[in-house]
Amino acid sequence: MLDDKDRIFTNVYGFQPWNVDAAIRRGDWDDTKGLMSRGQDQLIEDIKASGLRGRGGAGFPTGMKWSFMPKEPKDGRPSFLVINADESEPGSCKDREIIRHDPHKLIEGALIAGYAMRARAAYIYIRGEFIREAETLFAAVAEAYDRGFLGKNAAGSGYDFDLFVHRGAGAYICGEETAQIESIEGKKGQPRLKPPFPAGVGLYGCPTTVNNVESIAVVPTILRRGPAWFAGIGRAGNVGTKLFQLSGHVNTPCVVEEAMGISFRELVDKHGGGIRGGWDNLLAVIPGGSSVPLVPAAQIIDAPMDFDGLKALGSGLGTAAGIVMDKSTDIVRAISRISYFYKHESCGQCTPCREGTGWMWRVMERLREGNADISEIDMLEEVTRQVEGHTICALGDAAAWPIQGLIRHFRPEIERRINEHRTPLAVAAE
Amino acid sequence: MPTLTVDGVEVTVPAGATVLQACEAAGREIPRFCYHERLSIAGNCRMCLVEVKPGPPKPQASCALPAADKQEVRTDSAMVKKAREGVMEFLLINHPLDCPICDQGGECDLQDQSIAYGKGHSRYDENKRAVTEKYMGPIVKTVMTRCIQCTRCVRFAEEVAGVEEIGAIGRGENMQITSYLEGAITSELSGNVVALCPVGALTSKPYAFEARPWELNKTPAIDVMDAVGTNIRLDSRGRQVLRALPRINEAVNEEWASDKTRHAVDGLVRRRLDKPYVRRNGRLIEATWGEAFAAIATALEGASGDQVAAIAGDLAEVESIFALKQLLDAYGSTLHECRQDGARFDVSSPAAYRFTPTIAGVEDARAILLVGSNPRWEAPLVNTRIRKAVKAGAKVLAIGPEVDLTYPVEWLGEDLSVLGNLPEAANKTLTDGPHAIVIAGMGALAHEGAYEAARAAAAGLGADFGVLHTAAARVGALDVGFAADGGIDAIRAKASSLKTLFLLGADETDLSAFADTFTVYIGTHGDAGVRVADVILPGATYAEKPGTWVNLEGRVQRADRAVFPPGDAREDWTILRALSDPLGKTLPFDTLAGLQQAIAAAHPHLATEGLADVGDVPDVTAGPAVSGTIVYPITDFYLTNPIARASETMQRCSAELLHGVDYAEAAE
Repeated sequence: MLDDKDRIFTNVYGFQPWNVDAAIRRGDWDDTKGLMSRGQDQLIEDIKASGLRGRGGAGFPTGMKWSFMPKEPKDGRPSFLVINADESEPGSCKDREIIRHDPHKLIEGALIAGYAMRARAAYIYIRGEFIREAETLFAAVAEAYDRGFLGKNAAGSGYDFDLFVHRGAGAYICGEETAQIESIEGKKGQPRLKPPFPAGVGLYGCPTTVNNVESIAVVPTILRRGPAWFAGIGRAGNVGTKLFQLSGHVNTPCVVEEAMGISFRELVDKHGGGIRGGWDNLLAVIPGGSSVPLVPAAQIIDAPMDFDGLKALGSGLGTAAGIVMDKSTDIVRAISRISYFYKHESCGQCTPCREGTGWMWRVMERLREGNADISEIDMLEEVTRQVEGHTICALGDAAAWPIQGLIRHFRPEIERRINEHRTPLAVAAE
Repeated sequence: MPTLTVDGVEVTVPAGATVLQACEAAGREIPRFCYHERLSIAGNCRMCLVEVKPGPPKPQASCALPAADKQEVRTDSAMVKKAREGVMEFLLINHPLDCPICDQGGECDLQDQSIAYGKGHSRYDENKRAVTEKYMGPIVKTVMTRCIQCTRCVRFAEEVAGVEEIGAIGRGENMQITSYLEGAITSELSGNVVALCPVGALTSKPYAFEARPWELNKTPAIDVMDAVGTNIRLDSRGRQVLRALPRINEAVNEEWASDKTRHAVDGLVRRRLDKPYVRRNGRLIEATWGEAFAAIATALEGASGDQVAAIAGDLAEVESIFALKQLLDAYGSTLHECRQDGARFDVSSPAAYRFTPTIAGVEDARAILLVGSNPRWEAPLVNTRIRKAVKAGAKVLAIGPEVDLTYPVEWLGEDLSVLGNLPEAANKTLTDGPHAIVIAGMGALAHEGAYEAARAAAAGLGADFGVLHTAAARVGALDVGFAADGGIDAIRAKASSLKTLFLLGADETDLSAFADTFTVYIGTHGDAGVRVADVILPGATYAEKPGTWVNLEGRVQRADRAVFPPGDAREDWTILRALSDPLGKTLPFDTLAGLQQAIAAAHPHLATEGLADVGDVPDVTAGPAVSGTIVYPITDFYLTNPIARASETMQRCSAELLHGVDYAEAAE
């Protein structure tokens, strides 16, 4: 279990005010200039050494991502940092807590990260439904400007840096980095083709890095306490602390900062107040937000909650948003609801996702009632394979994986429903 | 120059090429829907997936992937086959499969590719999606349920046509292509979206349910609706031309055609002259060819050179104009003119009045000065080239009334006097760049001295000079010397002393001066010329005769005959040849080949197809400063010639798109 002294987000529950004075008392904005004076290359090296992996779901090493940015501006184009606060993944609610209660961690991180990657400005793209959070963020940015932490000669470092908050309009797909860039540019939120990658041609055609809120917010603390401290928490390759979210059938759903690699059992027992009805009542867990495959109870209970540990189970850490389902759950219906979500949020640009998500959802709805043929389970599985990996962005994969997880682990349940649905018909026919 | 292997075949492609282009270079066909050579890459249909190493272990969209050195591309692996089958299945699940009642049937990319790459059966048991039709104007018919959301039409409208009037609204399954607010597309190039649509979602409204592609005879022809000389294919069944489609010619029309080119063909069967007529007691009476010729012979009895005149129309081909000139030559007359609009310019050498920069060359210009020209209406496909140049960074300045040309233009004023006195900033823009063009339109050249002034301005700027003609017949007619000293006004001045005036399809000029002149109208439609005619000899339209046209840049192009002229109508040159006998001035050719040889002998540069070298542009001396308000020659894009005026489709386009008549509701 993580010691209190090792927590980065010391106000994640909002027991103290979010404002700049309170944030300074908590240690934010402390000698930011000094951190920046280490030099841009050193900052990137420090983040690389810390082993920080992106907190948005894919787990790409953050320092390496920054190092893709050009060191010299090409033909006069500036560079930009885009911070993805479009937290729309069902189950995820960590960025919301950061913005609500600790926005200055994010703003300070934006300045340092932006400086390290030689960005002229940062854009925070905040989800449209986060109305109060956006208000907080606007106010916090205004505070930072007032204190001279942003703008010309930001935080006294001699570096000019601006921060813009851009509000989304509620589309899940705008959490995809290139769709987010399109949306900031004022276009319809549809992912771009890659290559070119944003680090080459991104926002307004300029080199751009898109990072998750949590990835940026932890940066100042990592630099203050040293990369070795961060790298010393958790398992090799999966280091540091992480905001875990527990929702569903736990006694006390929560957002909590814990060490990477904590076992699911410890996470739930310590912070979630145990499974509703005890561990024997656990059916399955979706460990990383709605887009990763579910893991049945037997496999998840003692699994380490980190990128590689969950990958070994055929699932993923995602945003570390654990959706816990006990045995009262209609698991097929739950996955069908997730399918509906992806059908609803598909942008419609590319064929497999546009057509496939609707098809998958419709078959799932029939499987929910058992109004299907056994062979349609395999057909559905095949359709998910036809979507997965054939699309422009990862939404197609995200729509396919939950269904694949369901079929992998709960096929007998689906078959039972189909058989039960058939039987009364047979009787009635006589 | 990356070198890569495609299915084991090594190919080297130019830097910047995509994997799809590399596959084609290696002789592999890649199925595609959204990809189009002349539009930006969308990468959304996912049909062109191939396996690429090195790369992620999943198929890649070859249309958007840059070809790189040492790539190994597979288009024949199991993974690729499965990916294509998968995408094809997705495309078809919500497609209505109503091929038997779809106009695209037989020339449908989806049909063809599903046969080649699909699975052959459907596993989709759910309900299919239905999408409401959208209104897109008089040209484009929509059946949006068939749409596969490839967005070619959206990209065409935005990138080539320059009207942002088609777009995709909605998300996911509910994404729909629509004209925003369901308005008609106000582009004169809207018909091209029909050709671009790979399925039957956008089809041709005038051609709806007319024919199947396999029933049609396809004849290569040259369009006469403007002076661009769009290369077209006329599709005919029996005696009727049902549609005109562009052929690819990179130097002229790329693969586009204007709406007039595509859809004026229904005018070929309406208001046609199919019998000779002779006016007796003020009324036109049907007659035989012999009676008509006899009436002409009587009128021309003992005529001297200055008593015979001829005006050639805008659609005539070189052969008939040359034959008419031979006939006038036999009388010793030089009163022949083709510039119906009264334009004045140097006709001493073919080089003087050509569009010297060439159509394709416009793309390379970095600054363009338009003088009295509205290219969007006068030559829509020159306008797309200018638009391309603008997208590549060119600046456009213009003298004339302000119109929307689909790209930003700096308007310098409506009066010609600006030409001799360009503002300093404009001068700088035009002389700064490496390559500037001055384009003079008929709106300017109708003014005395404007040609000389524009030439002088171009010379002063070090710019290329081009005349933007508006009539398909114009350059060819001038090339065979069909111009009179003093232009058409000289002929008008002699109206009272003329024994006979020949009108070769001349309908675009004021003929009231010739009300009392004995007038022979050789033409195709009951249009303006017929009103003053004393004898009507029914001729052939561009679709009904083989012939030669010279486009505005001087490109010699030949067309074939698609259908025969209706009734007693004949090819114009044969009429003139037949007439020459009773007149006692027998023309020295009996076949088209003989006529063409005579033309080639007299004008060697017309002997072969293509751009001939016509020598240097002759010098002109600038006259006194010119002034005068510019008026563009075309007031209604859709009704510029007898064929278009007879076309129901063009009438409807004109009424709806230019005069705001609301057909949308009436159609319901």
